[in-house]
Amino acid sequence: MCLAIPGRIVEIASDNQDSAIVDVVGVRRRIDLGLLHDDKPAPGDWVLIHVGFAMSKISEQDAADQMSTLRMLGEIDGAMREVQGYGLEDVN
Amino acid sequence: MRFVDEFREPELISKTAEEIRRLAGRDRHYRMMEVCGGHTHAIYRFGLKDILPENIELIHGPGCPVCVLPMGRIDDGLAIAQEPDVIFAAFGDMMRVPGTQGSPLEHKARGVDVRIVYSPSDALKLARLNPEKHVMFFAIGFETTGPSTALTMMRAKAEGIGNFSVFCNHVTIIPAIRAILDSPDMRLDAFIGPGHVSSVIGCRPYEWIAQNERKPIVVSGFEPLDMLQSIVMLLRQLRAGEAKVENQYKRVVPWEGNRAALKAMAEVFQLRPYFEWRGLGFISQSALRINDKYAKFDAEQRFEVPGIRVTDPKAAQCGEVLKGVLKPHQCKLFGRECTPEHPVGALMVSSEGSCAAYHNYEHRKAVTVSLSSIA
Repeated sequence: MCLAIPGRIVEIASDNQDSAIVDVVGVRRRIDLGLLHDDKPAPGDWVLIHVGFAMSKISEQDAADQMSTLRMLGEIDGAMREVQGYGLEDVN
Repeated sequence: MRFVDEFREPELISKTAEEIRRLAGRDRHYRMMEVCGGHTHAIYRFGLKDILPENIELIHGPGCPVCVLPMGRIDDGLAIAQEPDVIFAAFGDMMRVPGTQGSPLEHKARGVDVRIVYSPSDALKLARLNPEKHVMFFAIGFETTGPSTALTMMRAKAEGIGNFSVFCNHVTIIPAIRAILDSPDMRLDAFIGPGHVSSVIGCRPYEWIAQNERKPIVVSGFEPLDMLQSIVMLLRQLRAGEAKVENQYKRVVPWEGNRAALKAMAEVFQLRPYFEWRGLGFISQSALRINDKYAKFDAEQRFEVPGIRVTDPKAAQCGEVLKGVLKPHQCKLFGRECTPEHPVGALMVSSEGSCAAYHNYEHRKAVTVSLSSIA
């Protein structure tokens, strides 16, 4: 559960600056930006996501590298399951 | 050398491995602990042991939150889950962790309302969607996950949500490292520091390890090249007789950490005087509880908690494995009574637990090799 998932910010919610839509290899979900108050990401920026919260801003290259790490670790299905589950989309 | 071609930048990896062999020499043995369970998983998955020379021994540390949680805490959480109108929400990692009366998943099969969530904010969403129920989020994790739980509770308080609470099992990494260093049967030369925990706490909290304990520590990323580079950095320090904190994972870890995340944790949590760690026993000031400002959201204050203490099955040697005194396969139950399909101890449950990692990669490899040598 320590591995973070890279995603690209698509849109910041107009009514809530702490809420954004991210794109993780084509899957779009809402995440929380509240832990990046000191260094707010903008649309187009890449972030590492952990349990539905953006934890760090990263470069596009780092995002691609992180994706390949998840793939090599065999964690990609788990990561996508996690992202798909955000917002209770997939909850039992 | 095995596997190397599958990695990105195989040439750089070969070169770094060569550098490790050169630095390690043959004159002494090195014991390095990777603190983080994510690193443990990566080390086995990538077969890094096959790349490293024999005199570098990697010891698996306590950084798997599922693994260090004592069974009594699971029993306590599941006792609350059985109160009327309670929804027990937890990450998927928790679902198969055995309590004395079975895992959360087995409780679900018996009719207890157990839900998987992928984010603490979704546990809060469950509370909004089910106003007639009480949603208890079973929170686990180190400093990587603690801030998300904290921020979720701040949002719950701001919204005045009354049917949401957290059963807090958040732990902190530094006291666990201290306990390991204080353990008399533990001899370590250096540490591979956790990556994502450090993105929150930064690198300063490790300075005492370098200054007081004279052990080098390098905060590391999770790719094969990251970990090999971290080992090079540790060896260079050890060869030079130095002990410093270094940051190999600069692309994600700022030296000062994440201030907003630390602030959220400070707003909601306070240190517990002590907390029990599976395998390590009671460690003082090693875990977080919810402070009085957030008492309404503290499941331990809202509900009667049995305070169950469960000793691990005698034959299971999780403690010795957790401290690196035994290798996973040296435990009497390993691969027989205790497997990833039927875990007895928690180290077998999570993919970040050293027993599961060892079983999934090394053990299967060993079995394949011995079969092929028979054929």
